[in-house]
Amino acid sequence: MVNPLLEVKNLRVEFPTRRGVLTAVDDVSLHINPGEVLGVVGESGAGKSMTGAAIIGLLEPPGQIAAGEILLEGRRIDNLPYEQMRRIRGREIGAIFQDPLTSLNPLYSVGQQLIETIQTHTEMTYAQARNRAVELLSEVGIPAPERRIDSYPHQFSGGMRQRVVIALALCVNPKLIIADEPTTALDVSIQAQIIALLKRLCREHGTAVMLVTHDMGVIAEAADRVAVMYSGRIAEIGPVRQVVQQPKHPYTVGLMGSIPIIDQGDERLTQIDGAMPRLTEIPSGCAFNPRCTQTIERCFTERPNLVQVGQSSVSCWHHDREKTDA
Amino acid sequence: MLAFIVRRLIQSVVVMFFVAMLAFAMFRFVGDPVHQMVGIETSLEEREALRVKLGLRDPIYVQFARFVGNAATGEFGISYQHQRLVSDMIRERMPATLELSIISALFSLFVGVPMGVYTGLHRHGWLSKVFMTASLIGISLPTFLIGILLIFVFAVLLGWLPSFGRGEVVELGFWRTGLLTVSGLKALIMPAFTLGLFQLTLIMRLVRAEMLEVLRTDYIKFARARGLTNRAVNFGHALKNTLVPVITITGLQLGSIIAFAIITETVFQWPGMGLMFLQAIQNVDIPIMAAYLIMIAFFFVAINLIVDMLYYVVDPRLRVDVAKAHGHG
Amino acid sequence: MVEVPATQSRGPSASEPGLHSAPDPGARATGLWSRLRDSDVLYSFSRSPITITAAIVTALFILCAIFAPVVAPHNPFDMATIDLMDSSMPPAWMEGGDSRFLLGTDDQGRGILSTIIFGSRISLLIGFASVVLATVLGVGLGLLSGFVGGVVDAFIMRVAEIQLSFPVILTALLIDGVLRGVLQVEKSGELAYWILILSIGISNWVQFARTVRGSTMVERSKEYVQAAQVIGIRSSMIVLRHILPNVMGPVLVIATIQLAVAVLSEATLSFLGVGMPPTEPSLGTLIQIGNDYLFSGEWWMVIFPGSALAILVLAVNLLGDWLRDALNPRLR
Repeated sequence: MVNPLLEVKNLRVEFPTRRGVLTAVDDVSLHINPGEVLGVVGESGAGKSMTGAAIIGLLEPPGQIAAGEILLEGRRIDNLPYEQMRRIRGREIGAIFQDPLTSLNPLYSVGQQLIETIQTHTEMTYAQARNRAVELLSEVGIPAPERRIDSYPHQFSGGMRQRVVIALALCVNPKLIIADEPTTALDVSIQAQIIALLKRLCREHGTAVMLVTHDMGVIAEAADRVAVMYSGRIAEIGPVRQVVQQPKHPYTVGLMGSIPIIDQGDERLTQIDGAMPRLTEIPSGCAFNPRCTQTIERCFTERPNLVQVGQSSVSCWHHDREKTDA
Repeated sequence: MLAFIVRRLIQSVVVMFFVAMLAFAMFRFVGDPVHQMVGIETSLEEREALRVKLGLRDPIYVQFARFVGNAATGEFGISYQHQRLVSDMIRERMPATLELSIISALFSLFVGVPMGVYTGLHRHGWLSKVFMTASLIGISLPTFLIGILLIFVFAVLLGWLPSFGRGEVVELGFWRTGLLTVSGLKALIMPAFTLGLFQLTLIMRLVRAEMLEVLRTDYIKFARARGLTNRAVNFGHALKNTLVPVITITGLQLGSIIAFAIITETVFQWPGMGLMFLQAIQNVDIPIMAAYLIMIAFFFVAINLIVDMLYYVVDPRLRVDVAKAHGHG
Repeated sequence: MVEVPATQSRGPSASEPGLHSAPDPGARATGLWSRLRDSDVLYSFSRSPITITAAIVTALFILCAIFAPVVAPHNPFDMATIDLMDSSMPPAWMEGGDSRFLLGTDDQGRGILSTIIFGSRISLLIGFASVVLATVLGVGLGLLSGFVGGVVDAFIMRVAEIQLSFPVILTALLIDGVLRGVLQVEKSGELAYWILILSIGISNWVQFARTVRGSTMVERSKEYVQAAQVIGIRSSMIVLRHILPNVMGPVLVIATIQLAVAVLSEATLSFLGVGMPPTEPSLGTLIQIGNDYLFSGEWWMVIFPGSALAILVLAVNLLGDWLRDALNPRLR
C-alpha cells in the first residue's frame, strides 16, 4: 500500500461560544493518497468546509482544533507555528474557495497576484515569474494570456475568474489542493468545464484534491473516493463507485435518491424529510436518528463508530450489527 | 472617466451657486451696507447717492451677477469694521490657517492610520483597548477644552511652549510662513495637536473598522491560503483595500479641519482666517462672513473633486472603459 | 450613511412569524415598547456597568439642572448675595479657600459650584430645546420628503446634502452671525437663548430627515399603506397613525446622540463669545471666563466647569451608543 499524502486522525474542531462549546467536526479520520481525488460531500453545516480549513490551518477564530492530528507525508502539520504553516500553504497545499468573484483582490491585476504568489514560494526573478504566470493562464484556458495578465479581476467573467483562482492555487505545484465548493457560485453551464479543467490539471501535475461540495453529481464525475459527512462526522467513506451504486448508510441512500437519473425516465426523486440538526441541538445516539426511517433502539442511545463494510466504511448500527452478528 | 469628471464638475458648480446665493443674500439683506459705511452725520441724499454708486438700486439679478463676478476674481468688498479690502485681509491670513490645517491633517493621518491598522490587527491587545478608550474620551472632550488644558500644562505650568500667536515668521514673497523659525515651529505644536486630535480619533476608528471588515473577506482568506507573508497580506492586500473609504473621509476631514480651525485659532490667538471670521461674527461684519463662507465652500468643493480623482488612481474598477470591458459576461 | 434598517419596519403589518406576537390591536401604539422588549434593552442595560454609570450621571445632571435653585449652595444671579470681596478664591481645601465655596469662586465672587449647577441648567435647556427643534424640523421634512417624493424630495435632499458637507459648528456659527445681524441686538440674555436654540437646531436637522425619509419610503411601499390609500384614508392620517410610530426608534437614538452634539455646540459657541453672555453663563461661557484667568494660575475657574462639560457629554454619548446598539437599527 502506498503511503498516504495526507492523513487526518480523529480530528475534532470546536467553537467556544457564549452558549457553550460547539463541535463542528467530531472525530473525523480520513486519508488522501498522492494524485487521488477525495470528494467530501454533505449539507451545509456538516463540517466539510471546516475540515478543509483545519487542514490548511485557516480556521476562523474562535474555531480551533481540539483533538486529533493532521499529517502531511507523515509529518504533523496541525501544530506548526504560523510562519512554518505559511510556507506549507500555497507551496504544498493549495486552496480554491467557493466564490471566484470575491477570492481575488479587486485592486491588483491577476498578473500581480500570480507573480506575488510565485515569488513568495520560489527564487524566481520577476521576469521568470511573469513568464510562468503567462504559462499558467494559458494552461487554465485563458485566451490571449500575454494580454490578459494585466487585466483586473473585474474585467473577467465568473468562470474565467475561477480559472485564474485555479491557476493561483496551482502556481507552485502543490501536492494537494483543497477545493471548497469550487463550482457552487458559477453558472450551471460553466460548472462542468471548471470541474473537467481541475481534474485534467491535477492529473497532469499529479496533484491530489480534496473536493468539498454538496453536489453529489460533481463527486460522481470527478472523485476517486468519497466521504459523506453528517453533523460533523463521517457517515460513510469509500470508493466512489461503491458509495454511489451501493450506498450503505441510510443518509447516503437518501442522498443518492435525490440525484436525478435521466435514463430511468419519470421516476420520482426522493427527498430526505427534515433538516440536519443545528450544532447546538445534536441528538444523543446517532445524529441522523430524527430523519432516519430505519431506527432501532440503539440508534437513540449510542453513537455508531465507523466500521469497514466491504470496500467502504460506514457508521451505522445496522451495519455494525451485521458485522458483529456475522 | 471624462463623463464622470464633467458630472462632478457640474455638481460642484451647483453647490457653489447655492452658496453664492446664500452669501449674497447675507450680504444684501442682513443689515444695511450703507449704514455701516457712513457716519451718523451723513445726509439722506448723500446716502442715496452712495447707494446708487454702489449699485444697490440696480435690479437684484444684476447685483447678484456682479457679486458672483467679483467673488470669482477674489473681490469681496470692504470690511465694515476694519474699512479695508476683505481680499487683502484674506490674503494676509490665509497662510497661517493653511499651514496650521495642513500640518494637523498630516499629523492626524500619519498617526491615525497606523493606530487604526494596529487596533484592527490586534483587536484584543491591551494597547488597542487603551487606544479605543482614549479615542472615546477624545471625541467627548471639546476641542477648546483640550487646547486650554494644553496651554495650562505646557505654557503656564511648564513654560515649554508659547501659549498664543505663531512666533517669528519669514516672508516668502506673498506667503508669510512660520515653518522656518524655531519659535514658529514651537508655536505650531500645540495648535496643530489640538486641531488634529479629533480627526486622528476619527481616522483611527475608521481605519480600524475598515481593516476588520476587509480582513474578513474571501480575498484575504485566499491570500493567506496562497501562503503569502503576513506583511504582504496585512499591508499589501488589506490596507490597500481600506484606502478608498479612508481617502474619502480624510479628504472631507481636511475641509472640516479648516473650519474647525476657527475654534483652535481662537484658543491660541492664531492670526488666521478662522479668528478673523469669528471676530466678524461677533461684530456682524457681513462682507468678511460672506467671503469666508465662499472661500470655505470653494475649499470643500475642490477637496471633493480631488478625492474623486484619487479614487480613480486607487481603484481599478472605476477605470473601466468601454473598450476594455469585453471580459464581462 | 444612514441605511434603512430592516428591523424598524415591524409595524402593524409585521408578518415575520414568531418574532413577536402582538395579539392586541394596540400593537402600533406600543411599537416602540415591544421593540424595546424584543431587543433585550433592559437586559443589556443591566449587564453594562458603564451604561448604568452614564445613566446615573446624566440623571444627576438633569435633576440638578431642574432643581438648581434648591440644590445650589448660592444663587449666582442674586446680586444681594454676591460680594466682590469673595472673588477669585481657590477651592475650599486649598490655602485661602473658604468653606462656603467648595470649588472656589470666580472673578465676581460667584461660587464655582453654584455657577456650574446653574450653567448646566442653561446648557441642558438649550441642548434639549435645540434637539426638539431639530427633531421636529428633521422628522417633518423627512416625512414630507419620503411621502411626497418627486421634486420636493429632490430639493430637500439636495439642501440636506449641501448642509451635511459643512461641519455642524460652522453652520451654527453662520446662522448665529446672520441672526444677530438680522435682529440687530446686542447680547441680551433673553434673545441669546433663542439665537442659540435656532442656530443649533437648524444645523442638526439633516440626520433626522435622512433617516426618517429612508424609513418612510420603505413603509410607504408596504401593502397596508397602499391599502389605506385605496380605501380613502387621508395621507396625513396615514403618516401620523402608521408611518410615524415606526420611525420613532431610530429617531430616539439620533436625538440622544444629538443632545451631546448640541450641548457641545452650545458650549463651543459660548466659548467663542457668540453664545450666552457672562451675566447668564452656560458651561461654555464659564470656561471662556475662566480661560482669561488661567495665566494667573486660577485654574479652578476653567478646570471645574470644563470637567463638568466633558463628563456630561461623555455620559450622554455613552448612553446614545448603548441605545443604538440595543435597538440595533444599524444606524450611523
